[in-house]
Amino acid sequence: MVKIIEKTQIAPNIHSCTVIAPDIAKKALPGQFVILIPDEYCERTPITIADWDVDKGTVTFIFLEIGATTQRLAELKTGDDIYSFTGPLGKPFEIDNYGTVGLVGGCYGIGGIYPVAKALKEKGNKVICYSEARAKFLLYWNDKLEEVSDEVRYSTVDGSLGTKGHSFDLLEENLKSGMKPDRIIAVGCTYMIYRVAEVTQAYGVKTIVSMNPVMIDGTGMCGACRLEVGGETKFACVDGPHFDAHKINWDIIQSRRKAYLEEEIISNERY
Amino acid sequence: MAKISPKKTPMREQPPKERIKNYDEVPYGYSPAEAVLEAQRCLQCKKPMCIEGCPVEIDIPGFIGFIAQEDFKEGIKRLKEKNILPAVCGRVCPQEEQCEIKCVVGKKNEPIAIGRLERFLADWERIEGEIEIPPKPKQTGKKVAVVGAGPAGITAAADLAKLGHKIDIFEALHQPGGVLVYGIPEFRLPKAIVFREIDYLKEFGVNLYTDSVIGRIKSVDELLGEYDAVFLGTGAGLPWFLNVPGENLNGIYSANEYLTRANLMKAYLFPKYKTPIIKGKRVATVGGGNVAMDCARTALRLGAEESILIYRRSRPEMPARNEEIHHAEQEGVIFKLLSTPAAFHGNKNNWLREVECISMKLGEPDDSGRRRPVPIEGENFTMPVDVAVIAIGNNPNPLIPSTTPDIEVGKWGNIITDPETGKTSKKGVFAGGDVATGAATVILAMGAGKVAARGIHDYLINEI
Ligand SMILES: Cc1cc2nc3c(=O)[nH]c(=O)nc-3n(C[C@H](O)[C@H](O)[C@H](O)COP(=O)(O)OP(=O)(O)OC[C@H]3O[C@@H](n4cnc5c(N)ncnc54)[C@H](O)[C@@H]3O)c2cc1C
Ligand SMILES: Cc1cc2nc3c(=O)[nH]c(=O)nc-3n(C[C@H](O)[C@H](O)[C@H](O)COP(=O)(O)OP(=O)(O)OC[C@H]3O[C@@H](n4cnc5c(N)ncnc54)[C@H](O)[C@@H]3O)c2cc1C
Ligand code: SF4
Ligand code: FES
Repeated sequence: MVKIIEKTQIAPNIHSCTVIAPDIAKKALPGQFVILIPDEYCERTPITIADWDVDKGTVTFIFLEIGATTQRLAELKTGDDIYSFTGPLGKPFEIDNYGTVGLVGGCYGIGGIYPVAKALKEKGNKVICYSEARAKFLLYWNDKLEEVSDEVRYSTVDGSLGTKGHSFDLLEENLKSGMKPDRIIAVGCTYMIYRVAEVTQAYGVKTIVSMNPVMIDGTGMCGACRLEVGGETKFACVDGPHFDAHKINWDIIQSRRKAYLEEEIISNERY
Repeated sequence: MAKISPKKTPMREQPPKERIKNYDEVPYGYSPAEAVLEAQRCLQCKKPMCIEGCPVEIDIPGFIGFIAQEDFKEGIKRLKEKNILPAVCGRVCPQEEQCEIKCVVGKKNEPIAIGRLERFLADWERIEGEIEIPPKPKQTGKKVAVVGAGPAGITAAADLAKLGHKIDIFEALHQPGGVLVYGIPEFRLPKAIVFREIDYLKEFGVNLYTDSVIGRIKSVDELLGEYDAVFLGTGAGLPWFLNVPGENLNGIYSANEYLTRANLMKAYLFPKYKTPIIKGKRVATVGGGNVAMDCARTALRLGAEESILIYRRSRPEMPARNEEIHHAEQEGVIFKLLSTPAAFHGNKNNWLREVECISMKLGEPDDSGRRRPVPIEGENFTMPVDVAVIAIGNNPNPLIPSTTPDIEVGKWGNIITDPETGKTSKKGVFAGGDVATGAATVILAMGAGKVAARGIHDYLINEI
């Protein structure tokens, strides 16, 4: 159980939440996640660690209100407890001096790339972030991202900030006009990271994406998070969640993601 | 002495038609009168064979004798000397291949119902008796970290605490109990029973930290910095799949995922509990062990019209407990024996629609002594199904070995231990249960926890 010390809606349906979890703060590395349960009735839900403070003993994450569990989480207030909070889970991103790294973040992934940008910058990389949303008012943490990267390139579907379109469109344009990043990292919804993978494959840029399959235990016990990577079965919670985007079998993923649609609608309606 | 009845005193249970509509426990357990009647069947052998069959050497005639004299209080005391989880073991141990198979009465008649009597005493104590907390032993000043709150970890913790060591248990999930809670369904082992046993442990000073994944929040080396010894009881993980085409279709689960959703996350109470589970109309479970029986019976309770069990050998080779097979049959699980899936077929949205099976026949015995199933060419058949559960086994949990490079593991990723002491290749680190043996049984995991507790005690006190 952890206590919420700060919770803010940073954009419509997007919240940032900070909890007291000193042991997790001490251990967290960029790209790791927690599994939380807002109250005893909710699902075990994986959420990326977006920021942490070892001295204050706090962990911050960003979440989107999607289904019953994240809606319940959104109802909790500063001072409330989160029933279960386990982490840090998964393997962190590899952090090295690669040269130039492009980091693509959408929805919760904008928060997700923040600690990665920070660590890569500290290692001496040139860090270019791509932050995307449907519209300007759905972007967040612009200042924070700008602080830890050489450049932030915005794209919005309605064109209200930066380039009109998606981050992967902008990235493709940049690659076409001669940008040669040494590595691309993408965090966000499956559709976005899949499109990034498609774009970079054509240009032969090594790309690591953060996968978000259904998870339950997060210890390699249940097999819910299995993916096919390079022809082998991998468990995202222990082997990942980050994988070489060009080795992932995307066909399977697209179909599995929608598996619970019907139940989730029921759970939502009841909620 | 009155002539003893050739048959076990029957145990009343919920009728099959009713019980598949609820999640309540199936057998009701003995009444005191029934227990006494059954206990009186025991011959009180001078050289009791049953004890030899028990992995933790419970004084079986001893506790049965007290039941026969209606002294339940002494009976439970005698039982608990060797087994701290009698309510669990009485329900889930494979008695027919352990103690009851050895019972001399069983040579001509049905053996003594040792498991039912064990369960009776434990339930009696929980409901009627006063649970005695043994006096706190003199503290040794030594600290031990126990990783995993399954039967192996719980047993090791209890024995070590009784010896006066300070124990902290770290459990990855939000609830303790291991498979007893996330795997074995409520209708077979009510969770309240497991939690009662764990509360008992806390009462004599054991600390339990849930939500703590060792290997992530703390490494084994870090634990060794804070504790004098570490016990690893992290159980089985990484489910096996069949590796046949179509196995990634929507609607196909590993047994662990299916059961964890249903039990730990209470998907059978959906939508009050928000974890979903796909409730198929025709559910196929692949496998023939206890896990497979639990899945097939869970499917019925989730509303399946047909629950089909696909097993590649024949009924006598099934590794499940007899009682589980019997209950599954009573409830109407359809057994498709001597067949194995060759492929799963889906619709255009990748939803499972059909399983294609190969028929098998039994060939020569394999290493396990069971006759090896061999496919019969050209005898494929298909069945319409919308959910499939793969219950063919697991590898040991990978997290500790993968984050503790200097611990020696075997071919399957199992942690290698000395069977006499539970010692691993890493100094101060002991292990036992499914993580060392691969998926086995509750009582063997408890036995391993006991062995390791003794091993740890020797290591801490006598420095061996
Ligand atoms: C390693 C990992 C890290 C994650 N980090 C974050 C994070 O930092 N912040 C965050 O908000 N979410 C994150 N997610 C996704 C998050 O776990 C899901 O959004 C959450 O489980 C939704 O729970 P729910 O019960 O509210 O919605 P559900 O009822 O489970 O879902 C409602 C609907 O949304 C769809 N859906 C669920 N998740 C996603 C998704 N990720 N992309 C697209 N559609 C989806 C479902 O298929 C369903 O149709 C992460 C997932 C993983 C595996
Ligand atoms: C569905 C099912 C039905 C079964 N039926 C029977 C039966 O009828 N009779 C019988 O005798 N046996 C049965 N078994 C087998 C029996 O349950 C197991 O052999 C036994 O539970 C093993 O005990 P264990 O303590 O080794 O591991 P587990 O019970 O698996 O417990 C391990 C614990 O460690 C935790 N853990 C794992 N990794 C970490 C980590 N890194 N850090 C912290 N904690 C961690 C896990 O979350 C878990 O709680 C069944 C098993 C299943 C799955
Ligand atoms: S072998 Fe059977 S009859 Fe003899 S003591 Fe054991 S339970 Fe009683
Ligand atoms: S979440 Fe269960 S194995 Fe990964």
